[in-house]
Amino acid sequence: MSPKTLYDKIWDAHVVHEDTDGTCLLYIDRHLVHEVTSPQAFEGLRMAGRKVRAPEKTIAVPDHNVPTTAGRENPENMTEDSRIQVAALDKNAKEFGIHYYPVTDVRQGIVHIVGPEQGWTLPGMTVVCGDSHTATHGAFGALAHGIGTSEVEHVLATQTLIQKKSKNMKVEITGKLLPGVTAKDIVLRIIAETGTAGGTGYVIEYCGEAIRDLSMEGRMTICNMAIEGGARAGLIAPDETTFEYVKGRPHAPKGAQWEAALNWWKTLYSDDDAHFDKVLTIEGESIEPTVTWGTSPEDALPISALVPAPEDFQGGKVDAVRRSLDYMGLTPGQKLSDIEVDTVFIGSCTNGRIEDLRAAAAVLKGKKVKDGMRAMVVPGSGLVRAQAEEEGLADIFKEAGFEWRLAGCSMCLAMNPDQLAENERCASTSNRNFEGRQGYKGRTHLVSPAMAAAAAITGKLTDVREMM
Amino acid sequence: MDKFEKLTGIAAPLPLVNIDTDMIIPKQFLKTIKRSGLGVNLFDEMRYDRQGNEIEDFVLNKPQYREAEILVAGDNFGCGSSREHAPWALKDFGIKAVISTSFADIFFNNCFKNGILPIVLPQEAVDTLMKDAEKGSNARMVVDLEEQTVTTSDGESFSFEVDPFKKHCLLNGLDDIGLSLEKVSSIDSFEEKASQARPWV
Repeated sequence: MSPKTLYDKIWDAHVVHEDTDGTCLLYIDRHLVHEVTSPQAFEGLRMAGRKVRAPEKTIAVPDHNVPTTAGRENPENMTEDSRIQVAALDKNAKEFGIHYYPVTDVRQGIVHIVGPEQGWTLPGMTVVCGDSHTATHGAFGALAHGIGTSEVEHVLATQTLIQKKSKNMKVEITGKLLPGVTAKDIVLRIIAETGTAGGTGYVIEYCGEAIRDLSMEGRMTICNMAIEGGARAGLIAPDETTFEYVKGRPHAPKGAQWEAALNWWKTLYSDDDAHFDKVLTIEGESIEPTVTWGTSPEDALPISALVPAPEDFQGGKVDAVRRSLDYMGLTPGQKLSDIEVDTVFIGSCTNGRIEDLRAAAAVLKGKKVKDGMRAMVVPGSGLVRAQAEEEGLADIFKEAGFEWRLAGCSMCLAMNPDQLAENERCASTSNRNFEGRQGYKGRTHLVSPAMAAAAAITGKLTDVREMM
Repeated sequence: MDKFEKLTGIAAPLPLVNIDTDMIIPKQFLKTIKRSGLGVNLFDEMRYDRQGNEIEDFVLNKPQYREAEILVAGDNFGCGSSREHAPWALKDFGIKAVISTSFADIFFNNCFKNGILPIVLPQEAVDTLMKDAEKGSNARMVVDLEEQTVTTSDGESFSFEVDPFKKHCLLNGLDDIGLSLEKVSSIDSFEEKASQARPWV
């Protein structure tokens, strides 16, 4: 048998039908649903008189729109259009009989945090959701990617997707990371090297010692941003760290089924001589705490660097950088560590898990945010929030001057009231620094949770290593 | 879905690279439960000031491009969020084809589900088409899906690749779900086998 990559193995296990031109019908094991990209899909089913084929494999949770402030269980506290979308999800979940975690349920949170937390996401699965950050679930060695609403409807109706296989790409991070360097810094560095289109047409497998050494939370941060590098999906081969995380989760297999599952999961790795169409290798020790300066995630540099000039680039990127610097209000040659911020956001499906909150709290302990700083922590789920309260992290955040919010997507995409005002500048643990992403004319610098905490204290982008 | 007929129309130049779906349709317009009516919000933050007045020098506000049906854009068009509201907004505005050197994966797929043809061409070809688009409404570009060609107003022609299945669906306006449901017995037997092999799923 010819050697296979991890992606090949998962793909092969899910092909329902293959046409002569390579177009496949791929079976979907888990379908995650949220309120923004699903209403039109359910409506489509209704119009065609179709049912959800596998409601037991379909999980819904409102996250994009929901307020993160107290009293949100009262629909009166939502804007009308948000209320309508959440109500539609509520109705659709009940009517079509799918699993549902409403805002009143402590398990509610960002869909990509809830899935793994509840054990819905397991190694070797195919996982889709009408959200590009579905790539997150690849951390478990699950083939996971975002889809559009038409495809959401297709999966609801058929439990399959029409797909062509992507190419294989390997990104290896060798050796150890330096102190103060986290998963977020790794992934920003990768995107800076590949560019936001470097992964287009590929599924990326992340490997190497520095990846192996990461917790599941760190691995989820890496895979989460595979999409920011343009890849269809990111993957990390499951190992003991994965099995340890999964074991005992509410929807993880138990008893004899656990053993059977484990036997299969242990075969999920890329064979030694498997072929990759593209390979990128980065030395772990060469990665520094990294921040973005522009309006594309590829605009990332070490915190020790200077703001670049348009002339440093080529082709269409020259004009794009000119536009970015204008939008961001930055000058070429300016030190990144001199950039002042007025807002700090810790949260999102990239960095809203317990380990992220621990990393930020470790920096903040006994300190205060700078005067006038608006700082906010939005835990990724109700359970992350509860755990952080139990561990005393919530008190550290509150004493430092952070707002301690309820779970949701919040200021990552600013569909709820958590938004930047014009020209406000934010150190954000989220995943996109696009124009207007966190609010009209808002300026975003992507950073790790520890770096966000450091910025909250000093009021500017700061090398967290100076505070350790 | 509408069939994609041979298209002769005005092409608008948008030479910016990495145009993301947040730019194409900002988040505040995702709070709809319909697919229609988003054309007026297409490229909202580039197209209108905060008072809702049109920004004159944005390409789709210029008189010669108001009826554009083709967009010629910079690299990596449609990156970012999976929101299908992006092709819905393009379609509702009247855009039926987008030409670039590359597209983000999810956006690319979403286009085909909505009768929009995304065309990938090499940089030189896109540069020529961009120049042609800059000529304004007197210059009509022709997109022929059957023949897989784009032709400038001067008659210069470029061939493009398109996935045969996607082409077939677009030309005939076929509904994916209907097609996949024809394979329901394959799905049934896959599920039966999979539930034996991986009962924990």
